[in-house]
Amino acid sequence: MSEDKQLLEDVQDAIANCMKCGNCMEVCPVYKELNVESQVARGKLALMEAVLTGNTEISANFDKRMAMCLSCKACADKCPCGVKADELILRGRQAAVKMRGLHPIKKNVFRLLSNRTLFDFTLRMAGLFGPLQMKKLPRRMAVMARFPIPGLDRKRVLAPFAATPLLSQYPTTVTVPNPKMKVAFFAGCTINYVYTDIGQSVINVLNANDVEVILPPMQHCCGTPVYMSGDVELAKAFAEHNIKTFTETKADYIVAACGSCAEAFKKEYPELFHNDKKLSEEAQQLAAKTYEISEFLTDVLHFRKDNLGTVDTAVTVHDPCHMARGLRITKQPREILNAIPGLNLVEMKEPARCCGAGGSFSLANYEISRKINDRKIADIKTTNTDTVATSCGSCRMHINDGLVQNNMNQDCLHVVQLLDKAYQAGSGKK
Amino acid sequence: MENQLINEFKKIVGDQYVLTSKEELLCYSYDATPGYSHMPDVVISPGNTEEVSKVLALANREKIPVYPRGSGTNLSAGTVPMQGGIVLLMTRFQNLIEIDAANLVAVAEPGVIVSVLNKAVEEFGLIYPPDPGTVATATLGGTVSENAGGLRGLKYGVSKHYVMGLEVVLADGRVMNCGGKNVKDVAGYDLTKLFTGSEGTLGVITKIIVKLVPAPETRKAMMGIFSNLDNAGSAISAIIANKVIPATLEIMDNATIRTVEDYAHVGLPVNAEAVLLIEVDGIPEVVEKEAAKVIEVLMANKADDIQVAKDAAQRDKIWAARRAALPALAKLRPTTFVEDATVPRSKVPDMIRAVNDAAAKHKVTIGTFGHAGDGNMHPTIVCDLRDKEEMERVYKAMNDIFGAAIALGGTLSGEHGIGLGKLPYMEDQFGAVGMSVMKAIKKALDPNCILNPGKLVGEC
Repeated sequence: MSEDKQLLEDVQDAIANCMKCGNCMEVCPVYKELNVESQVARGKLALMEAVLTGNTEISANFDKRMAMCLSCKACADKCPCGVKADELILRGRQAAVKMRGLHPIKKNVFRLLSNRTLFDFTLRMAGLFGPLQMKKLPRRMAVMARFPIPGLDRKRVLAPFAATPLLSQYPTTVTVPNPKMKVAFFAGCTINYVYTDIGQSVINVLNANDVEVILPPMQHCCGTPVYMSGDVELAKAFAEHNIKTFTETKADYIVAACGSCAEAFKKEYPELFHNDKKLSEEAQQLAAKTYEISEFLTDVLHFRKDNLGTVDTAVTVHDPCHMARGLRITKQPREILNAIPGLNLVEMKEPARCCGAGGSFSLANYEISRKINDRKIADIKTTNTDTVATSCGSCRMHINDGLVQNNMNQDCLHVVQLLDKAYQAGSGKK
Repeated sequence: MENQLINEFKKIVGDQYVLTSKEELLCYSYDATPGYSHMPDVVISPGNTEEVSKVLALANREKIPVYPRGSGTNLSAGTVPMQGGIVLLMTRFQNLIEIDAANLVAVAEPGVIVSVLNKAVEEFGLIYPPDPGTVATATLGGTVSENAGGLRGLKYGVSKHYVMGLEVVLADGRVMNCGGKNVKDVAGYDLTKLFTGSEGTLGVITKIIVKLVPAPETRKAMMGIFSNLDNAGSAISAIIANKVIPATLEIMDNATIRTVEDYAHVGLPVNAEAVLLIEVDGIPEVVEKEAAKVIEVLMANKADDIQVAKDAAQRDKIWAARRAALPALAKLRPTTFVEDATVPRSKVPDMIRAVNDAAAKHKVTIGTFGHAGDGNMHPTIVCDLRDKEEMERVYKAMNDIFGAAIALGGTLSGEHGIGLGKLPYMEDQFGAVGMSVMKAIKKALDPNCILNPGKLVGEC
């Protein structure tokens, strides 16, 4: 049997567990917009089944359908049979990559991504020369293309690349007078090169709680984007690099401020190295001490509440997919927001419904991605709040785009930025 | 299918609504019924009645099979295109045309999801009672065509009790309207009832007028645990005999109880032979009175334990146990057959015993739960479709189960419809005369047998 088909053969039993009840249709954001069976988990699993029974091949059409998934995990959450369709669809993509190779654009991007030095250089240049290409919008952290860029919708609002990446803004160790612990911060690409303001807040908030922050300069992309595209080998290379880099820090804990990055450390890395005992053990040790920032602040650090100042704002929360369904972290961000004096938390209708970003999904399918996001924006609108708090840079960017496209003035921030504001407002209280 | 024909269909509905790639067709080769699949030649998704009419006229001229389909969540293989041809996807019909609170009526297109209709009428203090387990995914057109029921069937009935009128496109493309908003309407043959539950074999429904009822002001849930199955059976009959019609009166047998407890840990007694889950609804005074009566009956029939929900949280806990029944059973094995053989309510214990005997005799795993109050059982067979030897035993067990239901004066289907799965037993229930009447109706309305051919009445 060919290697690509073998990838599906391994999950044959898992695919057979789908009883085709179609409950996934209720929650699939993509299916809701397109209403076509091949876009919902039940259909995608049926296609994989058809490959296994020899009724179809891993074709360009197969590849296209596997790509139409946000990996939001809503189907797996809903499934009465416990079928993890999101993971099976990734398997389908892996089989397609093995059989047909990566999409040429992805291939080039990943080639760049795999060379850390070159990648870092390119994104720094993007930060320096970006303004030539992107024009700034009146709102914070928002830019639009000045001229057409291949693969980018002209009217889409993005965030600018940082002039100086986060990791270059700070020394490797950001210490405090009497540190009670050492925490290594995994920034991730979005926070390092784009939303450095989130990274700054993470460091401020940890420092405010007497935590020394280590910023390992050699850290690299967590690998989730390549893993989601089906390139397991490259994902493994990234994982190995990060495992080594963070093990060397000998930090008490690892913290990430993005649901997907944290999930990579906590769940994906330990799964990747079944055949390498040493790496597998190191991955598990790291996983055990990795936390998402809100989870870390509430569950481990029991963050200080006595010196919080007032932040007068009405906030609604968007739960990123990989927070709500990947890591099951939804209470902790709310606990933080509820602790801030003056902050009024108003829940939206479906806070954990996917915002439509889905990493590179929104680049390849902007129109659908926008429709899914418009539903989120409509839910935000009914809350009459002035700030959307979330825990993922990619969600933040897509929601900001949606707010602009829908002529709304709300700001979208990371939860930790609001906590940072509260500490700053209360700085006299120390 | 010839390209020229495909192009004609494209001209009718537009290019983007005609799917022909193998990958798309594969995704319409099945529904929620295990064991049946076949690829269509084309999937056509019309946007209005006129397009449906033109598609059918052309299909009829060319004698191409047409399989109307909503969300494809049915359990009777009702939408599987066993002879190829056209899957007529009705999901673009999403308009909720009217909610007429003065007449307690809603008018909707068949692609509307049932829970969407329910949410919309909720604002008027009304409900559309049929609530199959798939209420959040199934289309109104699909549930009307399959005559779907649900948990509230005992008090509120099934889909056919709520359909007041239809717009139907006939096999040759002609458009017919029947019924309407009149509460009393005895004019002519009851065509509305004929097309309701006809499983897409007589026409394609393009508009539906449904009856709505006032939402109950309050409800009360309770649970009775029985170490003896016959006592549970007597309790079911006695509740009704005492003139209480609960909205819901559910039973779970020992196999189901064990599986649910193992999976959900909701505190069910694993040695009980049966658990009854009961909910009465209506105006508060009546609900209190009826609940007291139910408790009295449960005690008189030797329930070992009775739990009454004191608040919403306790109510949720009781129903969580029932909702867990299917997922818990389904997780045991890859393949799940949910049957819906139904018997008069006094025969429920006999039916459960017959199912248990079938399970033991053919060595298959069956959990039975279901709507005890209306006699609608769900013997749920879990197995692995890929194991041919096991499947032979499964089909033998099914023969026994349907045979028992008919011998007990029951019916093959309480709410899922006939489709293909129960087709072999139809003559046992209807006899040769009954079958020839149904086939005569089918032939009169669809002489070329293009509509969902082979289903419900079989080949004709």
